[in-house]
Amino acid sequence: MDENQMKQEVKPPPQVTGAETLGKHESMLSIILKKFFQNKLAVIGLIMLTIIISSAIFAPWLATHDPNATSTLDRLAPPSAENWLGADHLGRDIYSRMLYAGQMSLWVGFAAMLSATTIGVVVGSVAGYFGGWIDGVLMRVVDIIISFPSIFLLITIVSVFRPSPEMLIIVFAILSWTGTARIVRSEFLSLKKREFVLAAQTLGLPKRRIIFGHILPNAIGPVIVAATLAIGAFIITESTLSFLGLGISPPTATWGNMLSDSQDLTVFLTAWYYPLFPGLMIFITVLSFNFVGDGLRDALDPRVVEK
Amino acid sequence: MVNNIEVLERGPEKSTLEQEKILQIDNLKKHFPVKSGVLQRTKGHVRAVDGINFYIKKGESFGLVGESGCGKSTAGRTIMRLYEPTEGKITFDGEDISTQKERHLFKLRREMQMIFQDPFSSLNPRKTVGSMLVEPLKVHGLYKGSKERKEKCQEIMSRVGLNPSFLNRYPHEFSGGQRQRIGIARALVLEPKMIVADEPVSALDVSVQSQVLNLLDDLQVDFDLTYLFIAHDLSVVKHFSDRIGVMYLGNMAEVAEKTDLYDDPLHPYTQALLSAVPRSHPRERKRERILLEGELPSPANPPNGCVFHTRCPHVMDHCKEIEPKMQEVKPNHYVACHLYE
Repeated sequence: MDENQMKQEVKPPPQVTGAETLGKHESMLSIILKKFFQNKLAVIGLIMLTIIISSAIFAPWLATHDPNATSTLDRLAPPSAENWLGADHLGRDIYSRMLYAGQMSLWVGFAAMLSATTIGVVVGSVAGYFGGWIDGVLMRVVDIIISFPSIFLLITIVSVFRPSPEMLIIVFAILSWTGTARIVRSEFLSLKKREFVLAAQTLGLPKRRIIFGHILPNAIGPVIVAATLAIGAFIITESTLSFLGLGISPPTATWGNMLSDSQDLTVFLTAWYYPLFPGLMIFITVLSFNFVGDGLRDALDPRVVEK
Repeated sequence: MVNNIEVLERGPEKSTLEQEKILQIDNLKKHFPVKSGVLQRTKGHVRAVDGINFYIKKGESFGLVGESGCGKSTAGRTIMRLYEPTEGKITFDGEDISTQKERHLFKLRREMQMIFQDPFSSLNPRKTVGSMLVEPLKVHGLYKGSKERKEKCQEIMSRVGLNPSFLNRYPHEFSGGQRQRIGIARALVLEPKMIVADEPVSALDVSVQSQVLNLLDDLQVDFDLTYLFIAHDLSVVKHFSDRIGVMYLGNMAEVAEKTDLYDDPLHPYTQALLSAVPRSHPRERKRERILLEGELPSPANPPNGCVFHTRCPHVMDHCKEIEPKMQEVKPNHYVACHLYE
């Protein structure tokens, strides 16, 4: 039937079935935000993260000292009006260093998360959607990567190459996309059998559109949650490596290498404030990411939206 | 419910005319491999559809009935080429579409559409109704310009009985019946020639069922549609179809004009099915009820010979060995049963 014919035959709508009385319209975003803000811990986490992230971004304006300027007179000075959170064993201002360290730690965490999530989503989508031998091959690659003892591999890699932030990000991404890939694959396996995917196929939509436009948005909830939790994990791993002296090399500050510098027994016993504050930052940041991740898990659950 | 629907029954005027065939199915088979073990070796096949033949004439409604698991939905999806046919030929509008690659199916997608059973799973919860309707128009390059496309969507919305201003709503804001109307709108937006309706009303309330059936009826006239109507509810099919095919365990048992099939069912399975339809009229209640013994056999291991022989009240010796062929016993009344040889 062609267009003209269609226009002539427009009829008054047949029996509109109470359709005029739908509830108030709410966009998907406002539903998700509403659910998220009902979760108190998630909101606290979000506030903490906002403070931490903006303090890292605005470090140059917030810092009271040059983070790398040493001062022999102030070695291990306790908190005072001059050094708000004290000074370290080289007389550097702990407060200023902590702000700059936040920049580095969060940058490594975010960049590694973005790269790992991108790889994981693409591999997981392709494996889950196409199945068969493609799925078989990709999932065996995942199995192989998971079976590497990652901490030893990390130590080997960073001790052979000079550990730079970019280097760490790449290594983290390569070793940790597997979890996301598995999550995305399993979501795809169940979603691709849903009738709306069949409908998209009968409409002749291209595969790329079906995978990334139709299935992925329904699988994105768990991915965002995993990604949020992953940032925390990357910050911890970076700290672990720095603590072992294999992380980002001094004098660049990270929360991890500040903690590691403070692990000298004499420092530890006399200057409690030196290990306390970077440790506290790691703790609060990772905890906040986990709270936000939990909040997102509930807010993005499509089943909750359905009701 | 039988009452509601029988009032709406269509007249005989369009069913008996000689019309051109729009869809022809020859010996269509769809087997699913059963895999097991670490190496995923194929351990056999589920013969979901095992060689069915029928045709659909332009402008008619062909009802495909059978109990759950008889392969009727698989048949519908294979005809839509959502599944790769294992064997056999599907001819749509004079063109063999059974072996075409995805690229060549693109044109077919405009001409044959599907309405799904579950209105809750058939609409993407993350997409607005508008974007669901616009996307196929964009992909197929219809209606240049987003304004024209939006007008088309609004027109379709009002045509299926929904307020056109609901285009920016999400599926979860609608009721089941309204969602099914959205599904119908989506199938119509490309203006197809044929629609495969896979149990379009079985998930709906009885009161909504007849509304949706009436809508489908109206649309058939307005859009010049041909329907392949898959259902397990015989009273729905009776209301809706011109001709009916009865499936049992992946095979076609009987194909006939609606009135012929309901007045004079020939296959023992069809007789049993029809005797199970509840009647509202007291005088009709006295009729004999044919009860089938046993369970539906597994399609992974179907019986030899006639697949119905394990439950057939008229079973004969050669039914267990020889598979009955489909034959025209009366004009336009085909049956696959040894009783009529």
